[in-house]
Amino acid sequence: MERFDRLRGAVPARPHDARAIAALAANPGCARRAVMDAAGVDKDATATHLGFPAPFGQSPFAITRGNAFEALVKDSGCAELLRLLRELLGLPIPLAAYTDLGDIGGNPSAHLRHAHTLKLIDRAARDDDEAGTLYDHPLLRLEIAGHTSYLEPDVVAFRLAGRFHIVEIKSFAIVDGQAEPDKVAAAARQAAVYVLALRTMLAELGHDPARVSHEVVLVCPENFANRPAGTLLDVRRELAVLRRQLSRMARVGAIVDGLPEELTFDLAPDADGVPTRPVPELREAVRTVGARYAPECLSTCDLCFFCRDEAAAGGSTELLGRQVRDALGGVATVSEALGLADGSLTPGEGQEEIARLLRLADRIYAEAG
Amino acid sequence: MSTLAALARLRAVRTGTAQRLATVRHCHLSERPMVFIPLRLAGEAAAPLAAMVGTDPGHPHLLVVPQPRDRDLRFAFAAELAEIVLPYVEGFLKETETVERRGAEPYERCADAPQLLVPGRSALAFTLLLGRSTRFRRAEGPHAVHPSVPILGRWLTFFAQRARHPGSALLLAATEALSLHWATGQSALEDANLASLIGWIDPPPGTTGADAAREAEDPLVWPPAGPATDPGFDAEVLAPAIRAYEEAPGERAAARVAEAVRTQLDPTWRLMWRAVDLLRGLPEGRGASARWETDRGSFTAFAEQLAEGGPPQPKHDGAVAAASRLARMERAQASYDAQRAYDDPLVMAAYRLTGEAFTGTVVASDPANAEGEGRGRKLRPLLTVRTGDPVRLATGTKLGTPDRRGQQAEVVEVDGELVTLKIVKGMGRGKVATPGAVPEVGDQVCYAALSDEYQPPASLPAPEETPWTHGGPPPEYVPSTEDDQEEWS
Amino acid sequence: MIGAMPSPAAEAAAVVDAVLDDLPRHRGVVVDSPPGAGKSTLVVRAAGHLAESGEPLMIVAQTNEQVDDLIVRLAEEHPGLPVGRLSASDYVVPARVMGKAAVGTKLPELGDPAVVVATADKWAWAGDRTWPWAIVDEAYQMRSDKLLRVAGMFERALFVGDPGQLDPFSVVDGDRWAGLSWDPLQSAVAVLLRHNPDLPVHRLPVSWRLPASAAPVVSEAFYPFTGFRAGTEPGERRLVFRAGGMRTAYDRALEEAASGGWALYELPSRHTLRTDAEAVQAAALLATRLVQRAPVAISERGERPVTAERIAIGAAHRDQVAAILAAGPPPGVTVDTANRLQGREYDVTIVLHPLSGRRDATAFHLESGRLCVLTSRHRHACVVVARAGIPELLDAHPSAEPVRLNVPVKFPDGWEANQAVLAHLAGHRVEAAPLR
Ligand code: SF4
Repeated sequence: MERFDRLRGAVPARPHDARAIAALAANPGCARRAVMDAAGVDKDATATHLGFPAPFGQSPFAITRGNAFEALVKDSGCAELLRLLRELLGLPIPLAAYTDLGDIGGNPSAHLRHAHTLKLIDRAARDDDEAGTLYDHPLLRLEIAGHTSYLEPDVVAFRLAGRFHIVEIKSFAIVDGQAEPDKVAAAARQAAVYVLALRTMLAELGHDPARVSHEVVLVCPENFANRPAGTLLDVRRELAVLRRQLSRMARVGAIVDGLPEELTFDLAPDADGVPTRPVPELREAVRTVGARYAPECLSTCDLCFFCRDEAAAGGSTELLGRQVRDALGGVATVSEALGLADGSLTPGEGQEEIARLLRLADRIYAEAG
Repeated sequence: MSTLAALARLRAVRTGTAQRLATVRHCHLSERPMVFIPLRLAGEAAAPLAAMVGTDPGHPHLLVVPQPRDRDLRFAFAAELAEIVLPYVEGFLKETETVERRGAEPYERCADAPQLLVPGRSALAFTLLLGRSTRFRRAEGPHAVHPSVPILGRWLTFFAQRARHPGSALLLAATEALSLHWATGQSALEDANLASLIGWIDPPPGTTGADAAREAEDPLVWPPAGPATDPGFDAEVLAPAIRAYEEAPGERAAARVAEAVRTQLDPTWRLMWRAVDLLRGLPEGRGASARWETDRGSFTAFAEQLAEGGPPQPKHDGAVAAASRLARMERAQASYDAQRAYDDPLVMAAYRLTGEAFTGTVVASDPANAEGEGRGRKLRPLLTVRTGDPVRLATGTKLGTPDRRGQQAEVVEVDGELVTLKIVKGMGRGKVATPGAVPEVGDQVCYAALSDEYQPPASLPAPEETPWTHGGPPPEYVPSTEDDQEEWS
Repeated sequence: MIGAMPSPAAEAAAVVDAVLDDLPRHRGVVVDSPPGAGKSTLVVRAAGHLAESGEPLMIVAQTNEQVDDLIVRLAEEHPGLPVGRLSASDYVVPARVMGKAAVGTKLPELGDPAVVVATADKWAWAGDRTWPWAIVDEAYQMRSDKLLRVAGMFERALFVGDPGQLDPFSVVDGDRWAGLSWDPLQSAVAVLLRHNPDLPVHRLPVSWRLPASAAPVVSEAFYPFTGFRAGTEPGERRLVFRAGGMRTAYDRALEEAASGGWALYELPSRHTLRTDAEAVQAAALLATRLVQRAPVAISERGERPVTAERIAIGAAHRDQVAAILAAGPPPGVTVDTANRLQGREYDVTIVLHPLSGRRDATAFHLESGRLCVLTSRHRHACVVVARAGIPELLDAHPSAEPVRLNVPVKFPDGWEANQAVLAHLAGHRVEAAPLR
């Protein structure tokens, strides 16, 4: 733990929200990202200080729309949501109670709020009355690489007949039964985090974790209207991936052990929070941990522009994408590949085959082009 | 990805400009295409914010929805768009040609067809959604819209659906059309950015493609090509402008929104026409013209359907329609692949590298070889070709050749650098081969295991006879009131 | 008998009886048949059963070879049964089919046999006649659009196939149909069951092909929810070599496979082209060495020499197959892709692992059906050729597959299946000899 604290510097660990946890699987082969995530480093701030701010922003319109839709679904004690659940789960839910777990007055710590959730969920799990209950804003937690992360409580848990369902509200549209597959995938990955966290909680309380269904209720606006519609989403695959990634995170220690003792990503913020760490020093520090850049990073990791720049400077074929890498059978740099292609470079051991193919491609290109 | 395409990307990295992946243009390009750049309000499925559209590079039409959440304004936008798109599309219906068919009635086909150009795949998807959100509207009743709106919806749906038909050019996404012909020194994912793609293909004098591409990633210099807008622009420029309109709706406030979105659309408009120029620089391949003919046929047929008052396209294909569309698409894909290779040695190169095609010199030729006796006697000329390509073809594989499209050959034997073939189709009925029909010793030839021969699939049941395995006959389409009342918000 | 496990034969027979009992009761019956579980036996048995009722029967298979195989089996089991074979005009009747079926390109040419067998493609052209019964073989490999073309011809049907093998596919993008219950790219069974969820689904519980060393591995990795067991006991099948070895790595790998049923012939870790010369050569040399060692298979069928015809080399891609062929495996040894090895059976198989030498896995290479086909063709032993480093590759594999609404999740996940097989192979590892 101390080691992680040193890597991160004198700032609190960046909490992992469900989104961040879901993103752990985006590039598990990258040691740089694994170490920084495990240590709770603020990658966004790091990238900005390095001069490569992350290209991700969210439009205020999207945020407003998301909030408005969620408010609509949850309006008057989740009336809309109940209607949906009735339709979707095909169950008679005459009336359902609504409990807001976030509503405990004052400004309690996450720990306290979690304890409150724990208490009520425990009661819910013991209670075998058949009426449905909606639990809004449950504060769940997961252990990530030894840290406890509290998950932003933006889901609803629904209990009916002894089973719990996670309800995930998203504002992308389902048009004629289809939605953008990438968005659905992201929603499924996030929902899986909540399913796992709720299962963990039930297990801690001595209940059967399988009472949390792997079928998540996804609520989205339907077609072009604002009217919410629900779909069941099977997140078993995402759960398996998540478990895998969490156990990997627990093994990050092995990578960290191989890093120089004094290594730190500390931004050394001054009293106003402005980073004072000399940039060249930080750059060296980040480079100490090996990256595995792929163009997919451009939509999944805050450090993407930095790593892309690094890959470009090194003339790495990674820059061109996994498919190109694949077609080059493991030749790592652009100059090496071109050297093999024009014959100026003698193939090393194991490179004879790709060299032959590249030379042929070079010849054909010259002939045909 | 073929080794050739990979090599081309590597070369692009080294030279700093994109490398050619094709020697001819594999998509038809109209003399008068219509460029269409839609923008959508962030966070909404299909709420149009603006569009720049037109056929004259110097005179784009700018359409704006000053408050995209306002339903009436959206339909006003759709009606305005219809006013530009429909006359353009319908203009092509005037001139037709008569097509003779063997064993069937001749029919009329439009002499040319409209062509829509959008920046990228996401604009294409948005066009489909725009079509979906407008085609079921009605001109009467409680939520009446302008009569042109549902017609526009049906055309947009037609174009966007047709764009997924392999080899069709009725609606092209610029990034895809360009990527088909050039390899950049960046990844395929980054090629989806029109500005950076064009930066690689045609960097401004004095800069490299790599630099131009990086610059193109700055949304302040090159706003995104849509339909998504830059979040920074949304927050700093668009939101205040829309708010001002909300507070005091009127010409001035609307103009402010329009000016704001114009700054986002203008650069892409110019890029689109540069894309057109770049593509025009390539001569059109033979197959591209042939496929355009099919496109014209499809356009004509749809226009007729519309004129006859057919219902709007359904929300999804029924079982029979899906299977039949799949068969058409698979057939189109096979012939698209084959035609491109036969039209273009650079495309053929990818097949040569994998051993599915080869080029070489004829070293022996027996044009008089024949099989069978008497009336069943058939000419089956034999050829032996010497090649340096890594041939991986099994005996008996059927081959085609770009130089003699009607012929089909068969691999007899591959022995090191020597490939022996037998020509099994397209030799005619004569006793001897017509001069030139069989390559001679010394000729350069190319053969490939690619065929655009068409084998018609067996017929499908009528939709009303859909079998029990597939859910039985679907309910008949009745335009539901839900369809046209469905809010568009 | 109470509490004792029924013998494999009794267990399998009970399922077959249940299937036959169900036939008259339902419009459709589905039978899942894991590798070598006696699918053809069931088809032939059901054909005889239905023919006894006097009602004509159509049998739909997917390839010409499968049609021919079925005709041979039908002639063996039901010698008196008149069988017809519909075929294309350029079909050449193979010797093994001669005299066993009336062959014609159109139904009237066949006379009026009790059973007519043809490929799905051929059936689609066969015209308007309706049949009271059909058997659809390899129904999980049949695309649902093909079923749509023939389903109107029969009133009731038995669908038989292996759910663990490769799914049908298309070269075109079928996203627009994703989630529809009649998605034409789904398998015939998937579409059938989505529209008729109440149809009975039986499962053949015993693999007669896979030895006791392989059945549990394949069952756990590829059929996690619907397991099966081997028809033979450990030790009941043996593979012995009549010729001595030379302690080369090839010999050691073959001996490991002979004793444990599996071997992982592991080449040093390296990223390569998929036609990795060393791996390709190793696969061919292993086959050569195997033939030289004069292997003999001892099993419930007796003692038989393992000839080249009883050996196969499998790979994922066609160019790999071509490269292996070019490397000169012994004549008579089958070399083919997973797609084309579906439904086939050998004594010993040599498999070029789909992930060998790769830096990144794609959905194609991770598809569980591909590995399932490759690792479930053998009666005695399977030697997998791979470069070291696959566990690392799996570990680094990003999970970002898009998710489509209303598309049932497919199990097993390719990642998990690969992991399970590798974990087992790790116990049978033989390090490759350095080349030259
Ligand atoms: S952007 Fe860099 S740190 Fe982030 S995952 Fe990619 S390579 Fe790793």
